[in-house]
Amino acid sequence: MTEKIVFKHIDQPDQHRIDIYLKNGGYQALAKTLKELSPAQVIEIVKRSGLRGRGGAGFSTGAKWGFVPVDSSKPKFLICNADESEPGTFKDRELIEKDPHQLIEGISIGSYAIGAHISFIYIRAEFGFGAKRLEQAIKEAYDKGYLGKNILGSGYDLDLILYRGAGAYICGEETSLLSSIEGIRPLVRLRPPYPAVAGCYNCPTAVNNVETLSNVPHIILNGAEWFARTGTPKSTGTKIFCLSGQVNKPGNYELPMGTSLRELIYDYGGGIKNGKKLKAIIPGGVSSWVLPASKVDVKLDFESVAEAGSALGSGGVIIMDEDTCMVKATLRLVKFYEWESCGECTPCREGTYWLSKIMQRIEDGQGRMEDLDLLLDLSDNIYGKTICPLGESATMPVTSTIEHFRQEYEDHIKNKRCPFEKKV
Amino acid sequence: MITKEIEERIRSLRNKYPKMKTAILPAFHILYQEEGYLSQEGMQKVSELLGIPLLELNEVLSFYVFFPAGKVGKYWIRVCDNLSCSLMGAESIIKYLEEKLKIKVGQTTPDELFTLSTEECLGSCGTAPMMMVNGEFHENLTKEKIDKLIEELSRK
Repeated sequence: MTEKIVFKHIDQPDQHRIDIYLKNGGYQALAKTLKELSPAQVIEIVKRSGLRGRGGAGFSTGAKWGFVPVDSSKPKFLICNADESEPGTFKDRELIEKDPHQLIEGISIGSYAIGAHISFIYIRAEFGFGAKRLEQAIKEAYDKGYLGKNILGSGYDLDLILYRGAGAYICGEETSLLSSIEGIRPLVRLRPPYPAVAGCYNCPTAVNNVETLSNVPHIILNGAEWFARTGTPKSTGTKIFCLSGQVNKPGNYELPMGTSLRELIYDYGGGIKNGKKLKAIIPGGVSSWVLPASKVDVKLDFESVAEAGSALGSGGVIIMDEDTCMVKATLRLVKFYEWESCGECTPCREGTYWLSKIMQRIEDGQGRMEDLDLLLDLSDNIYGKTICPLGESATMPVTSTIEHFRQEYEDHIKNKRCPFEKKV
Repeated sequence: MITKEIEERIRSLRNKYPKMKTAILPAFHILYQEEGYLSQEGMQKVSELLGIPLLELNEVLSFYVFFPAGKVGKYWIRVCDNLSCSLMGAESIIKYLEEKLKIKVGQTTPDELFTLSTEECLGSCGTAPMMMVNGEFHENLTKEKIDKLIEELSRK
């Protein structure tokens, strides 16, 4: 097994305390940054490392920071997106609870790079324990001079505000998150303008995921080339894969980008529960297309998963065994999106309602054969026609399960009932 | 009751953020923490203390689900039934809780001790099935674990 990066110290007792974090080499990257590197150099190093956003979109972190204007009359903000709500994803929670200083250090370096003096961590309301851990860690960092005025005598000031959400999946979408912080109804916003130009309070803003920022101190300390040696040429470094569903050893596994799905499931995850056969996989959180078992040899990096017909997304890998009803599973996901749609765009607001209604009648044995075309047509009328990706995400399980498991849909319709004993 | 101490905590949010409205959600969190739900009295107070019209506060509040709109039981049980938890038996956990507490999802026990709800993904898929009770996570749930927890909470 190759070297771990963000999980390097995750199992060390009390790693969340600053004295232990410091003992394990913590805040050396921040010290190096403030002493030796200009903001432009930090951005250049992160760009060269190839680090891409771990929240789902996979955009170059260095490029994102580079879009924030250097000369701005307005204040700039760096926001850490800790609203981890993508079903199947639970990595940021572990990083926050067990190694909060690693995240704070990454935020400080990123804020310095873009010239921000106020940074927010937007954490979902339900992560109460994580919020407590962060609160404590932020206090320790202020007390030791790693946050606040004149950090380590460098003249650089940074205030870090912990901000708790209030229960809404959509707030993980960056423009909705910005509205949430601004204290208005968190509807999504059209881009452009991008947050880099007009983000929080209409000021230049970079929004980065927890895992992304947690990688930054290691890149600064060990170099861009060191980081890029792991993974594939286009998907560098490691990725935390959150393995859940019907697998023997679910959990978070930090592995090099490009590790095969088979290795993750069988070598790390101990195979399918109860000796059952693998039927389907969701590779990148539920906002990715469902893959059939035949794709089990796909390499887990941005390019390979896309080539296989899905997306690496957040790295939330959900395993479904042979007894899983794909119609019921898809219905569950569609209901999720229907519930979480913010209601701003008609195709999403109305479309998720209809997807859910039609999926429900098929599962209940009251579907019609023409419903399959209707589902595909509806999906086509949502995809690409909304401001944010939530509506598109709702279509992904629908179109992909109709593609790969059409027979199951037809069985429901022909036999007028769900053919599965076990309900999801 | 909105005590002087709660008022002070909410008032102290006024200068904490770059803009006043950013204080809305933190004020809601204080109310929820102190009162267990967001009463209209509390909302009115937040409106006065932050100088933000009540209408705007309600516009924000109505979007979110973390704060209960009305009174809930002393223990608010929220069971995740999203995909990963469903694959690991969330439905039977919910059914078991319904039978045990003699209420349906969305209801509160007559003694106002427990409210039962379902919840979307809580970021605990690797330790499914799971539920949150008053903000605390209970993971890798079994019927035995539920028995023990309900018994403990009933005795408190």
